[in-house]
Formats: sequence, structure tokens, C-alpha cells
Amino acid sequence: MQGFGLLSALVWLPIAAGVIVLLLGDRRIVTGRWVALIGSLITLVLCLPLMTGFQGGTAEFQFVEKLRWIPGFEAYYHLGVDGISAPLVLLTAFMTVPVIIAAWSVIETRPSQYYAAFLIMEGLMIGVFSAMDALLFYFFWEAMLIPMFLIIGIWGGPRRVYATIKFFLYTFLGSVFMLVALIYMYLKAGDYSIASFQALPLTLNEQRWIFIAFLLAFAVKVPMWPVHTWLPDAHVEAPTGGSVILAAIMLKMGGYGFLRFSLPIAPDASRDLDMLMIFLSLVAVIYIGFVALVQTDMKKLIAYSSIAHMGFVTLGAFIMFDIVQNTGSLKGAAMGVDGAMVQMVSHGLISGALFLCVGVLYDRLHSREIAAYGGVINTMPKFAAFAVLFALANTGLPGTSGFVGEFLVIIASFKANFWYSVLAAVTLILGAAYTLWLVKRVIFGPVANDGVARLQDLNIREFLILGVLALAVLLLGVWPAPLLEMMQASIHHLVDQAVASKVPL
Amino acid sequence: MNPNVLLAIPLLPLIAAIIAGVFGRQVGRAGAHTVTIAGVAISCALSLYVLKQIYFDGAPTFDAPVYTWLVSDGINIQVGFLVDRLTALMMVVVTFVSLCVHVYTIGYMHDDPGYQRFFSYISLFTFSMLMLVMSNNFMQLFFGWEAVGVVSYLLIGFWYTRPSAIFANMKAFIVNRVGDFGFIVGIAAIVYFTNSLDYKEAFAAAPQLVSQNIVLSHTTSVAALTVICVGLFIGAMGKSAQVPLHVWLPDSMEGPTPISALIHAATMVTAGIFMVARMSPLFEHSETALTFVLVIGATTAFFMGLLGVVNNDIKRVVAYSTLSQLGYMTVALGVSAYSAAIFHLMTHAFFKALLFLAAGSVIIGMHHEQDMRKMGGLAKYMPITAITCWIGALALVGTPFLSGFYSKDVIIEAVGESHRAAATYAYWCVLLGVFVTSLYTFRMLFMTFHGPERFRHAHGHGHAEEQGTAGDPGPGGALAHAPAFATAGAHGHGSAHTSAHAAEVSHAPAHAVHSSGGHGAGAHAHEEHDRSAPHESPAVVTVPLIALAIPSLLIGGLTVSSVVFGDFFGDAIFVLERNDVLGELAHEFHGAIGFALHGFLSLPFWLALAGAATAWLFFLKKPSLANTTARTFGWLRTILVNKYFFDWINENIVAGATRLLGRSLWRGGDAAIIDGAMVNGTAAAMGRLGSLLRHVQSGYLYSYAFWMIIGLAVLLGWFLWR
Repeated sequence: MQGFGLLSALVWLPIAAGVIVLLLGDRRIVTGRWVALIGSLITLVLCLPLMTGFQGGTAEFQFVEKLRWIPGFEAYYHLGVDGISAPLVLLTAFMTVPVIIAAWSVIETRPSQYYAAFLIMEGLMIGVFSAMDALLFYFFWEAMLIPMFLIIGIWGGPRRVYATIKFFLYTFLGSVFMLVALIYMYLKAGDYSIASFQALPLTLNEQRWIFIAFLLAFAVKVPMWPVHTWLPDAHVEAPTGGSVILAAIMLKMGGYGFLRFSLPIAPDASRDLDMLMIFLSLVAVIYIGFVALVQTDMKKLIAYSSIAHMGFVTLGAFIMFDIVQNTGSLKGAAMGVDGAMVQMVSHGLISGALFLCVGVLYDRLHSREIAAYGGVINTMPKFAAFAVLFALANTGLPGTSGFVGEFLVIIASFKANFWYSVLAAVTLILGAAYTLWLVKRVIFGPVANDGVARLQDLNIREFLILGVLALAVLLLGVWPAPLLEMMQASIHHLVDQAVASKVPL
Repeated sequence: MNPNVLLAIPLLPLIAAIIAGVFGRQVGRAGAHTVTIAGVAISCALSLYVLKQIYFDGAPTFDAPVYTWLVSDGINIQVGFLVDRLTALMMVVVTFVSLCVHVYTIGYMHDDPGYQRFFSYISLFTFSMLMLVMSNNFMQLFFGWEAVGVVSYLLIGFWYTRPSAIFANMKAFIVNRVGDFGFIVGIAAIVYFTNSLDYKEAFAAAPQLVSQNIVLSHTTSVAALTVICVGLFIGAMGKSAQVPLHVWLPDSMEGPTPISALIHAATMVTAGIFMVARMSPLFEHSETALTFVLVIGATTAFFMGLLGVVNNDIKRVVAYSTLSQLGYMTVALGVSAYSAAIFHLMTHAFFKALLFLAAGSVIIGMHHEQDMRKMGGLAKYMPITAITCWIGALALVGTPFLSGFYSKDVIIEAVGESHRAAATYAYWCVLLGVFVTSLYTFRMLFMTFHGPERFRHAHGHGHAEEQGTAGDPGPGGALAHAPAFATAGAHGHGSAHTSAHAAEVSHAPAHAVHSSGGHGAGAHAHEEHDRSAPHESPAVVTVPLIALAIPSLLIGGLTVSSVVFGDFFGDAIFVLERNDVLGELAHEFHGAIGFALHGFLSLPFWLALAGAATAWLFFLKKPSLANTTARTFGWLRTILVNKYFFDWINENIVAGATRLLGRSLWRGGDAAIIDGAMVNGTAAAMGRLGSLLRHVQSGYLYSYAFWMIIGLAVLLGWFLWR
């Protein structure tokens, strides 16, 4: 039994900071804001030892902490990270800071609760990624939704109630089935450790039910077609920070769930149902790509673009079975998962940045309609430079992080089936079309109206956060090797687990 | 070779681009152009040094990684350089033309508020192009490929307030992405078979791939190399603007003229040609792919040339000429005459950059007028521009002893020698293409530099919208008077020849700010419709013209015997024995002078002469004849003026269908079926059920959360104490 350590600090420090901000209240918000910023920054700094101390060569969990939690129940407070969760923990800590800074002088109603909600959510999300006990995982998974409901419900737009309820029902319904699956496995395994779930022999039929239960939970989160319609509504109504966290981190939990639960716990069912997953992924890439093209609301467009990009995550995760079948070799299976992981991290940065860009415009003109803008570059050249960079990254431009994941998944999917790769590659065209058309209508052109004419360019805070995100997007695009190295051993281990049968003989 | 020297060649322009772009305000205008010109000049000098080392000193081919981009699944993807004779030649061409364009830009963009930004972009372009040509693997090739595309996107839309420019740049990027779609599938196919992205591995595996197939369905499979090569070539069709992915190039003329010369004539658009030549070890093994290449190239060469004949915008005439010449290069690739393609790429880079820069000089001299119907007789006012433009034009039409002659004649003869399927079709295309080339080239020369001076009578810009009826349409103007309904697309950006000009000049504010350099008074005359006489451009403009005129005259004759018929490329280009048409021709080749003398007796020379004579008759001697002919062949004129309806189809049918599909999936799929019937329908059914349990369903969020927690507690409690 190891005691509290670095991961606990990463989970509870932001939560503690959140509680302090909450207690300081709106009247002492000046202090509260600084507490929030410093809290999120310390969390980020604490990730440095996580990064430097992380051993890339092993699939073992690291920074493990294990304490008895609910004794009669064999549930443990059990934290640890491997190559799959560590990058997502980093991403969470990294993306919370810009959200806090972006809110600085923008949020005027109940600011202390706003900061507190994000800090508490940060801790809970890190908890989701680092939980090694399924019940603990479920606790963080559900608890995290509460601050998100509040963020959309309190600081959201005019249709926030509809969006919140839709979001709530979707995610809650999905999660309930996951809970049932977890309890079923607990009854068989005797404890809640994810590792023992992974080692548990299960018949194909059992695996199918478990897979479908997980699928309902994770597909809603990703979101996969056809359970995606809550996302555009939630994004449109959410305040900027809510959208950033939603797109950058919360969607990743679905992808993470597939990698941590579905594939290793139900490998035979995954193989059995991989066609379904691939089909839904390709529908997301193409169908949603077309839908994104005709959006008139900037946030909706980016939300749909997110769904299409997340299609690459699920595609990359589930092509390994066809690769083995088609080539008779495992070569390429890990590449698909590599691509899925890189795509998650990259999408976290890019979609977060794009929502921040929309936020910058929304703060000034209070409209998300594409038609309300035009020629923004004339009055906001610095902003335009960033927006164009992130837009190009969103189209998967080589040299930016957006390229790496898509490239790996397209290459790997060719090994599975020629047509997967062809259909996935359609994103090159659709992604460019919807993103650049957005850029053309919003950024370029003559000044469209008085509102645009009065726009002020980025202030120093906005410049700073977009600048840091831009550097991250470029760095990951130019030199993704360290990220891949961090994940390598764990992903190979995952592939080995997924292609081995668990059906008892 | 010293790796640091090689590293410095692309990095210097990159660093210069960052300095000029990010710190543009700090370094100022002079700082920006000094640092970028210094960067590219050193790159050019180093490239020449590398060429010298590799060609004269016999340095071995350099092939080594710079750093590891990533390792995935045991596949090591590295950024690295392959520098052999092909690369070295490309590096020299790229950096030399880039240097000329950098200098020229000082004059052309003199008064533009985006001066530093422009220098930053063209330096960034130089970096990207060098990364493309120096790459030793497909990942980096794709990086360079897309990076030059992005810089092209930024530069076409450089004057971002013009609706026509920002439509053109989006169109360019998306059409190129259609090509890249094929390109990436081709790359994926290579990885499928070789588990590597290195050229070396792919080339080594090529002979074994001949017997491999890719399964498309249970009943059909295709040869592996066909998929690979056709995929890669689709990429080349986008970048090198081959039919039907050519549509973006004429519109790209919305960008400032220096980049039309650098990107859309000399370098970027030839990336596809270079790529296929580089991939010759793969293409050689696929007869299907090469035949496809041949047909596409031949079609582009002839049919795109024809469009140059009916255009009145001086830049667009040169753009259609570029399309046609790229077609010639592609034809050369299609008959396995790779070194002839690269040879034409090189000579074309010089004379076409020269023609573009000369056109730009004319545009400066005419105070940003691009309509040839408002020019005429300029030779008297702009002698240096006129002479250098004539040199470029004579090289283009293939006048014996000029560089274009050698490269074009070699291609025509190679096609004649080839036995590939469709070689006969290609032969007729390239042969008749010579006549067409000569016709549009001399038409341009005569309308611009000779004949009556029409600029004094030209009316104001606003009148241009009346489809050329304003003022004197000038000789040949009627050729373009067709109903330009092809442009009545949803975007309202005039792109047919007559209205294109109107669209361009109707944005007077944008024009006023980037008015010509070094002659401030002219800018105002432009707005007041009271034109002062055209004048010769300043030295920063004319010196690059002269610098490019010299290789346009000489480079062909000096290098033909080694580049095409000698062993210049060594093992950089691979040709199978049975495909070696240039090897066959080499037997009949007895030196550059003999080749040129023989050229006077050959069919292409007489076709070119006939084209020149026709142009002289129609556009100088008897302009009424042009109008009569245009009226007689009205249907043909309609087809040509509407550019074979490609744009009309793309804008109305393709784009329209895409938007319609998107809208129906959104409104029909997402909103009506998923949300309407399933989600909200379920909610409504639940609502009816819920009316029985009204007290539970309070509609308050906290209430739901409360019940959720209660439920969880009950469930957990049951497990805990059962």
C-alpha cells in the first residue's frame, strides 16, 4: 500500500483551490481569481515531475497510490498512470490554465463559482484518467458531470436548460449501463480493480453485453454518431470555458474508456463488433463532415468538426483486428492506436484553441453567427493570425499536431482495408472545406459591418493563451516523438491484450 | 557533403521568414527585405556550391536523417535529406528564381502596407519548397507538399479584402486537397507493402511489388503499383494543375504578380513533375499509371493552351500558358522521358518566371491595368520590359537555339518515339499545342507591346463591368465577348475573362494601397482615369528581368547534351530499358547546335511560325478578321470563354450538391430523425408516462441530481449489506 503521492496532489490540489475560491466568494473575487490561477498553475507545474519521472519503456502503471477506500466492498483509492493516461492528465492540467485566464474579466455573474467549478472539474477529470479502481473511476466519472451541468446551466446561453437536460440525460443514461457492467464484473472478480477486470475470463456472450454497456457510455462521450446530437447543443449554450473543457478533455474520456475498458476487458467482443465501430467512425468522419459544412453558427461548426475528428480516434482504436486478419501480422495495429492517442491530445489543443478564438469574438460582439462577421482580419490582425493557424491545424496540416494522428490512422487503416483508408482520407477534403470556408467568411474579406469595424485586437491575456497553445500545436506537429515514446510500451501492451482471447477454454 | 551546409539551405529562409513575419514592425521594411534577401541569397549560393560538389567534384549522393519525427509501431519516420543531382538541380532553380523574385518584390510591393508580411511569406515558401525537394521520405515530402500549398493559399489571398482573392485561395486549397487525398492514399499503400516511409525502402521494394495486388472487393483487385502511382499522381494533378484539377491555377492570379512568377509558374506547380521524376523507380513498373499520366498531360497541354487564346487579362494568358506547359512536362513523364520533363521544368522556370515578371512590369507601367485591350504600343515606353518579354516569349514558343526550343523539341520527339498506349493521341496534342502556344504568345506580345496605343482612350475601370463593351474592345477583344454565364455561380466572384477584370478592379481601395512603386504620381492618375503615359519600371524590377532573360536564352543549349542525353542525373532517375525513348533519341543527337539547326526543318518550327503569322494577321494587321472569325465560330468561343464549363460545374453542381447533401444530413438526419423522432420523441413519450409520476419529474436539475444520488446510494447499499 503506497500512501498519497503526486497523483493525489494533482487530483485534490485543484479541488482544494476550488473550494477556497468558493469560500472567498464573489466579493473577494480579486483574490479568488489569483487563487484559481495559481492553483491551476501549480497543478500544471506538478505535472513536470510526472513527465520527467515517467518511464517510457514499461507498460506498468507508475506513480501508483493504493489505499483502502470502502472495505466491505473491496474498493480502493487506487491511482496510477501508464502511457495511455499520462498524456491525458497532462492535457487536462494544460488546458485548464487558459480557461481560467480566459475568464479573467469576462465572467461577471457569480465568478467565484465559475472558477471553483472549473478547478473542481480539473481535479475530477485527472481522477478519471488516473483511477485504477473501477468504482473510483465511476465516482470521478459521474462527479465530474455536476460542475459541467452547473457551468452550462448557470453561465450558458438562452437555451441552456434544454442543452443541459439533453446533456444530462444522454451521459447519465450511458453511464448507468456502464455501472451495471462494472458491478457484474465485480461480482465475478471479487474486487473493483481494473486490472482484475482485464484479467477476468469472460465468455463471448458476456463480453458482448459488457462491450455494449461500455459502448453506450463511451459512445455518448466521444460522441459517436448517432448519439452525438447533444454535443452541438451543449457547445452552443456553454460559456467559452465550458466549451473548451468539453471539447478538449471530456470528449477524450470516451476514447480513453475504449482503450482502458472495452478493448482489454472485452477483446473477443471487440473483434466481433469491430465492423460496427469502424462503420460508426467512418460515418462520423464523412456524414458529420458534410453536416459541419452547412453550419451557420461558429460553435456548432467546430462542434461538428470535433465529432468528425473524434471519428479518427475510434477508427484508429478498432482497426487492429482487421489488420491482423488482412495482413496476418500485428504490424500496424499499434500504429492505429498511436494515431488515436495523438489525435486525442492534438484535438484537445486545437479544438480548445478554436473555442477560445470563438470566445474572443463572442466577448466582443456577442454573436456566434458566422454571418455577423466578415473581414475580422482588418481590425484584429493578431487574432486573425492565430485563428488561421488553428484553422489550418484543424484541417490536419503537416507541421501542426492535427496532422500526426490523422496521418497515422489513415496509414494504419490501409493495412486493414483499402476502403477504410480511402474513406478516412476524405477528411482531407471535407475538413479543408468546412474550416477554410469558415475562415473565409469570418476572418477574410472587407469589413462587413460596424461591429467588426469597432473590434479591438487581442489583449495581452488573450495573446498569451493563444500564443502558448499555438506553440504547443506546432511543437507537437514538428516533433511528436516524445509523446509517442511515452505511450509506446503501454500501447503495445494494450494491443497484446486486445488480440488475445479471454474466452475460457 | 557537409550536413550543416545542407541544413542551412532551407533553414536560412525559414529564419528570415520568422524575423520578417513575427518581428516585421521592429525590423521595418528595409530590415524585412534585407534579411529575407540575404537568407535566400546565401541559400542560392550554397545550392550552387552543392551542385558544383555533386556534379563537378563527383561527391556521392547524400542520404541521411536529420532527426526522428516519431517512431510508431517500429516504423521510424525521420526528417532527412536526399541530395543527389536531381535534388541539387531543383535547389538551384528554386533558390535562383526565388532570389530574383525577392529583389523584384522590392519594386512591385513598394507601397503595399503588407510589405513585411509578403517577404515573410515568400521566404517561408522557399523554405517549404526546399524541404519538399530535399526530402528523403514520404512524410517530409507530404509536409513540403502541403506547406507550399498553405503559403500559396496565404499569398493568393494576400489582398484579403478582395472577394475574388479570398475565393480563389480557398478554391486553390480545396482543389489541392482533392489531389492530396489521392497522394496520402498512395503513401499509405507504400507503407502497407514496405512498412517504411523512406524512399530508399520503397525504391528497393519496387521490383517485388510488380507481382503484388491490392484487394478492392471479393472479386476485384488492382496491381499494387497502379494504386500507389495513380494515387501519387492524383496528388501531382492537384499541385501541378492537370485537368481536371487545374481549375485553381487561373484564379490564383488574384495574388500579387511576384508570387505568380515564383509559385504559380516556376516552382510550386512543378512540384508534381519533380515528384513523379523522383518516383521514377516506382512509376517505371506501372504501365497503367504511366499511360494515365500521358493522357492527362496531353489533354492539359493542348486544351488548356487554347484557353490562352481567348483571354484578355495578361496574367491569365500567361497562367493558361503555364497550364499547357505543365501538360508538356507531364507528357514527358508519361513516356518515361523523366529527364526531359525536368529539363523542361528548368527552362520553363526561367522563361515563365521572366514572362510573369515582365507582365508584372507591364502592370506596374500601366498603373495596375491588366487588360490587354487597354494596352498596345508599349514597346516604345518600356523597352527593357519589351525586349526581355520577347526573349521569354521566343523561348516559350520554341525558337531554335533558345532554351525552350531544346526542352520542348525533346519532349515532342520523345513522344513520337514512344510506343505507349495513347502515345499517338499525345503526339497530336503536343504537336498542335505548338501552334496554339505560338498563337497566344504572339497575340499577347502584339496586343501589349505593339499596334495602336489604346491606353490613352481607355475608359475608367468601372466600365469594365460592361463586359468589354466600354471603349475600344481592341483587336481580338471580340473573341472574349461570349456570354460569361459560367460565372454566375453562387459566389458572385467574376472569374470569366471579361468580368474577372471587372471584379479585380472594382475594389479600388485595395488597389490604391498597393499601387506601383517608385512613381507616386501614377497612383492618382489611376483613380482619376487620366492616365499619364506608361513608363519603364525601376531597376529592382528590370534587373531580375535581365537576370532571368540570360538563362532563358542560354541554359537550354548549354545543358541539353548532359541533362537530357548525357548522364547528368546518374542514378537519380530510373528508366527501364524497354521504356528508354531518350536513349533511342540520343543516337541521333549530335550536339546542341546541330539539334537547333535541324529544328528549323522540323514540323514544330513551322507550326510555331504559322501560329506567329496567324497572330500577326489577326491581332496586328487585320483585327476585324479576328472578330469575324469569333462570330463564325460562336459555339467554340462560348466553350472556350467558359473554360469548358469546369468552373460552372464545380460551383453549381459539385459545390451545390455538397451543400445540399450537408443540409439534408443535418436537417433530415440530425434534426428530424435523430433528435426529432428518437431523442425528443422518446422524451415526449417519457413525458406522457411522467405525467403519472408528476411529483417526481419536477423539471429541476438539482432534483434529477438528487434522485441520481439517492439511486446510487440505494444500489451501493444493497451490495454493501446484502
